[in-house]
Amino acid sequence: MLIKKPDDIKSSEITDKQLYLSRRDFISATTRSLGVLATGMAAPSLLLGSKEAEASTATKLGNLRKSKLSTDDKLTPYKDVTSYNNFYEFGTDKYSPAQLAHTLNPRPWTISVEGEVKHKKTYDIDALLKLAPLEERIYRLRCVEGWSMVIPWVGFSLSELIKQVEPNSNAKFVEFLSLQDTKQMPGQRSSVLDWPYVEGLRIDEAMNPLTILAVGLYGEVLPNQNGAPVRLVAPWKYGFKNAKSIVKIRFSSTPTASSWMKANPNEYGYFANVNPTVDHPRWSQAKERRIGEFLKRETLMFNGYSEQVASMYSGMDLRKFF
Amino acid sequence: MKYFSQVKAALFVASLFPLLRLSWFAFSDQLGANPIELITRSLGTWTLVFLLITLSITPLRKLSGWNWLIKLRRMAGLFAFFYALLHFITYIWLDQFFDLSSIYKDVIKRPFITIGFAAFILLIPLAVTSTNAMMKKLGGKNWQILHRLVYLIAVFAVVHYWWLVKKDLTQPIIYATVLAVLLGYRLWASKNRQKLVKAL
Repeated sequence: MLIKKPDDIKSSEITDKQLYLSRRDFISATTRSLGVLATGMAAPSLLLGSKEAEASTATKLGNLRKSKLSTDDKLTPYKDVTSYNNFYEFGTDKYSPAQLAHTLNPRPWTISVEGEVKHKKTYDIDALLKLAPLEERIYRLRCVEGWSMVIPWVGFSLSELIKQVEPNSNAKFVEFLSLQDTKQMPGQRSSVLDWPYVEGLRIDEAMNPLTILAVGLYGEVLPNQNGAPVRLVAPWKYGFKNAKSIVKIRFSSTPTASSWMKANPNEYGYFANVNPTVDHPRWSQAKERRIGEFLKRETLMFNGYSEQVASMYSGMDLRKFF
Repeated sequence: MKYFSQVKAALFVASLFPLLRLSWFAFSDQLGANPIELITRSLGTWTLVFLLITLSITPLRKLSGWNWLIKLRRMAGLFAFFYALLHFITYIWLDQFFDLSSIYKDVIKRPFITIGFAAFILLIPLAVTSTNAMMKKLGGKNWQILHRLVYLIAVFAVVHYWWLVKKDLTQPIIYATVLAVLLGYRLWASKNRQKLVKAL
């Protein structure tokens, strides 16, 4: 665990935020101008950026409850969790979000809850943070691309919010919409996905105790590149199911096609449960590389969460409902 | 050209830059969260770059009239093979760690690996027959026919990249466009030659 003592740096010693931000603009602009070969070139300047981010002014989230649902797998270093991200709103390269996400402004922020619920309402982010006691949830994260991490999220069960808004009997599915704003999210100028980013869960999946709304990691407020200020985490599903920077939660009687389903329906399904026996059409899902490890490890059914989630899919053909 | 050997030596050193750069990243802990992915991608990218450089030498020479360019083609081609070999070794060693059954399944079942593997295998005879002695042994005509395989190899290499990308095709499209121009030039030049032959 990374435990920083508060106030051991005088505020006068911290680089002025504007100056620090403009420096990163310069770094990222230089990188981008390198042009065609940038794929290979992006890494060095980016790492400069992430080291600075580590020394940034992230806010601690106070006393956190521990959870029985946490894994005791070894944590992925903070630096890797916050510098290697798939967040296409800030570019398709995994190193781009850490460099570019400073344009996202997570305050002020509201999340509206709509659709088939008794109490439609709009939460201010600061009210949402107080909706339930914050817990630390150490979860495995398995990306559909074949790599994985172990991340100490901070958040609370999505079921806490669902109980407050009281879905009616028509509510069978929950849809999560991410922010759409090309000023804050420059990657949305590209039509690589259908914006805004949409993801969805069946209501029982949304109510599962494992499913959380995450507002932080490593005991601190969620960094922008990880989906600030609030994101979904359903750890038995591939990472792309976890909608980031959520602005709307909508309950409905029918499932909505997610952004990735629309992009490629043969490759990405509604459920996207981690399953080593059902390959992605273009690559195997049997193994994964845990970030920080050299040898690949076997991927576990439901990412190792069978005990908590398998019963929700009993009798379903997981090859068909992938 | 007056300083040809110096130019060639300088280009040789410059062609080692991608490898030196990766070594420096490894040494200074700058390979990022997923070093094996970064190394594999970087070596693959540079293989493509050197294939395209090799294929651009003939058009450049014809358009500029700088005949000395042809004397750089073998070096460029061998660097393409060099980076392809390192890319391949990275895959079987660092990525798969010699897990032969998993490699076999990948080659059989994953079209993007199948075609990348085919491109690498096809490069081997070209590298082997790149010496003056082999050129003599095969005879100029046969040698040329064999080495036209590079057109197919370059197409395979671009398709390999195209098929592995998850969604954003920007980079593969750039390489495909450059390759289309380079191969298109050859078609156009050969049509012109035929016209010339007929006219005479």
